[in-house]
Amino acid sequence: MTDIGWWGVPLAVIAGAIRVSTPFLFVSLGECLTEKSGRINLGLEGTLMMGAMSGYGIAYLSGSPWLGVLTAGVVGAAFGILHATICALPRVNDIAVGIALMLFGTGLAFYLGKPFIQPQAPILPSIDFGAWSGIPQVEAALKINALFLVGLALAPALRWALANTRWGLIVRSVGDNADAARAMGYSVDRARLLATTAGGFLGGIGGSFLALYYPGSWNEGLSSGQGITAVALVIFARWDPMLCFYAALLFGGAGALGPALQSVGVTQGYYLLNAAPYILTLLIMIVTCSPRRSLIGAPSELSVVK
Amino acid sequence: MPARISAALGALAEPVCIPLFALAASLVLFGFFVALAGVNPLDMYALIYQGAFGSWFSWQNTLTRAAPLLLTGLCTALPAQLGLIIIGGEGALVAGGLAAVAAAAMAVGGVSIAVAGALRHYRGVNETISSLLLVYITVAIFNQIVEGPMRDPASLNKPSTHAIGDTNMIGNIPGTDVHWGFVFGVLASLVAYVLMYRTTFGFAARVVGGNVRAARMAGLPVGRLILLTCALGGACAGLAGMVEIAAVQGSANYSLVAGYGFTGILVAFLARHNPLAIIPVAILLGGIAASGGLLQRRLGLPDATTLVLQGIIFVVILASEALYGRVTWLRTQGVAA
Repeated sequence: MTDIGWWGVPLAVIAGAIRVSTPFLFVSLGECLTEKSGRINLGLEGTLMMGAMSGYGIAYLSGSPWLGVLTAGVVGAAFGILHATICALPRVNDIAVGIALMLFGTGLAFYLGKPFIQPQAPILPSIDFGAWSGIPQVEAALKINALFLVGLALAPALRWALANTRWGLIVRSVGDNADAARAMGYSVDRARLLATTAGGFLGGIGGSFLALYYPGSWNEGLSSGQGITAVALVIFARWDPMLCFYAALLFGGAGALGPALQSVGVTQGYYLLNAAPYILTLLIMIVTCSPRRSLIGAPSELSVVK
Repeated sequence: MPARISAALGALAEPVCIPLFALAASLVLFGFFVALAGVNPLDMYALIYQGAFGSWFSWQNTLTRAAPLLLTGLCTALPAQLGLIIIGGEGALVAGGLAAVAAAAMAVGGVSIAVAGALRHYRGVNETISSLLLVYITVAIFNQIVEGPMRDPASLNKPSTHAIGDTNMIGNIPGTDVHWGFVFGVLASLVAYVLMYRTTFGFAARVVGGNVRAARMAGLPVGRLILLTCALGGACAGLAGMVEIAAVQGSANYSLVAGYGFTGILVAFLARHNPLAIIPVAILLGGIAASGGLLQRRLGLPDATTLVLQGIIFVVILASEALYGRVTWLRTQGVAA
């Protein structure tokens, strides 16, 4: 084995950016779509846990990780429907419903997931892009999971669809001015229902990645805030799916910093380094938000930016 | 009945009946849920009652668990009076537990929530997201300190700080096994009620919650009100952390991160952010938490069962918001008076 010493740190951060970013990417793309329709779904943290649990459980029972991913998406979509249906009732606050679903989803995932803590489910396949190098660390770094590539294709596709299709236009008009959209004859609640359901589907898939690839097992400490970080990341990315992709990479890299330094023997401040994505999120929100003007690109019906 | 009393009762009809109805509806939903797991719902309810309120022993257990919930409930309820949705009680509790001296615990808890309020006011950062991010950051700092500088070398399997020592523990209420933290919680709720509904400070805070612009026009110091109220809420959660350390755990360790802060959010919403209503609601949810062990032992349900019940209650209670002003029977009770 070639010793690459400290070079391992930036390499591991890049590898981590690719590996760790996938759940951030899926959750933020889903949340981006939901927020474009003028509603915020903080419950994606719970959706992520439900997706991880159901994906892992089904992959274990059926032996097919892809069936697990699909199940996770469907379960996530069901949570999206629940969120959208409750929020469509009069005088219901979407942020509060999100908090409730965050707690409900986490609790339900713990409850149903008990039997799946021990067994090992088949994990998702990855594609080897680093075989040419002959250096094990580089090979490990360039082992890229198929779901990451799906996300990579999804980000520009979502951006294109929001900007250029009829559906995209409806979602944006509902998110920017619900009254105008209603006057044009679109059903605001139905558009938001579909956007939240699709967002939940992506959030669930993001969760299945956690359980089925990295870290690659189901346990109750699997997600600690990835979902909520991804929600904040959408604000930082200015509701642009491509910027969500870059932001997810940045957050993935920040998340990989702790383990990367630990692997070369730096164990000081391990917990603090693991909190790097949260600290980064908070700092970015402090820098980019403003009390006086609404953010560029923000859907004006969105309660978080009002 | 004198007109004034019946008018007061009429005004209470909605905020009391609708949450009770929502609570009953969630119990029915939860009954279906456990029936799927092959458990008889009636047996389960009987056990929950027995584990929560069935005997003096279970009452003491319930009140002990209600103590931190009273305080973390206030952490969400007080800022809610200003229209802020703060969910960082868990972080303030953990920070308070680490400080472990009452004054310091209240100070660090207060600061951690005031930061979220300040970011909202001065930078326009959404307080819900920032307060939750602060929870994760605070827990990381907590772990770092407990496993690093303050670790008791003797605690091998479960990293802890040095024990604070018996003389520093706060004792129990004489004649019971319930610690003084419960009394702190009830007192804090009463003080918070008086502050919010019987003083000019509380009135000003509620004006901000009703309409920020109107409050600014009226010359109210919006920023100061936000900072102070958030700090008070955080101080309550910090006190909860101190109580958990000084009355239950004895030293700071990971058991402190037990979700009391998150259940506190539910307590506040169920009480409709009214500090007086927090007292019965915290006792009720403390009771549900207390019965968790019994459900586990007797029915073989997982320990997360009570989390599911809490989640269902939370979702239903929010959906029930839609009922306000729509149930004609409750409305006529209020108007007829």
